[in-house]
Amino acid sequence: MLALILFYITSAVAIFATVMMITRLNAVHGLLYLILSLLAVGVIFFLLGAHFAAVLEVIIYAGAIMVLFVFVIMMLNLGQKTIEQERIWLQPGIWRGPSLLALILFVEMFVIIVLGGNAETGQVVNSKQVGIALFGPYLLAVELASMLLLAGLVGAYHLGKPMLKATRSRGHS
Amino acid sequence: MSGIPVELGLLLSLVLFVLGLIGVLVRRNLIMILMSLEVMLNATGLAFIVAGSRWGQADGQIMFLLILTLAAAEVGVGLGLALQIFHRFQTLDADSVNEMRG
Repeated sequence: MLALILFYITSAVAIFATVMMITRLNAVHGLLYLILSLLAVGVIFFLLGAHFAAVLEVIIYAGAIMVLFVFVIMMLNLGQKTIEQERIWLQPGIWRGPSLLALILFVEMFVIIVLGGNAETGQVVNSKQVGIALFGPYLLAVELASMLLLAGLVGAYHLGKPMLKATRSRGHS
Repeated sequence: MSGIPVELGLLLSLVLFVLGLIGVLVRRNLIMILMSLEVMLNATGLAFIVAGSRWGQADGQIMFLLILTLAAAEVGVGLGLALQIFHRFQTLDADSVNEMRG
């Protein structure tokens, strides 16, 4: 019962954050809400008993991929107006919505840890089972995923290289 | 027994996917389009996790892992393309790149 209530609250947070994300005019504000949406989905993974996937969701999606977005947004705003823009982005009030949603998620995790509520979240598939399956029957898929990541790396480097060169020469001149 | 009905999980996944699709269709900023694509990929991952939790198998989480690698590669290439478009057209509007005549 506790798991169901937590699931409803987290789903509401995820849907609200996603709606706010697609309606923000500013990309950075949208990014804040997108991080909250991903964190809420991570909590849902935890409630569903997929602890390993929940950890990966937070580390890779809300961590690494969002850092890429932040890098690109900051790279595209090189210029004289950047400081004023930052001031507008950091005006008080913008951070309140995402902070409130993050607080809700934090309280949920606190409740889960204190009350031990994850006992009734159904079938827990732990990371040991995932690892055994990953490097047993799915070994070929892991190899293919590594090839995909290599192709993505080469593609991103190839696409970004002329831009970097132009920025560097602009900086020297 | 599972505390969360599988229908609700799939419904949430569907809602998130449709929201991401609306974002892709409505927004014209390339960064926002890529972010909406992330939401869609995340929703499909959620559907896999829900199914894996329903049957108690590890396959759902493995599919989520593969979707994660796909999302990482897609974001890398997509953001590289966005940088190129900004470099050439000085804008991130997806409609301004429409240069095909036909």
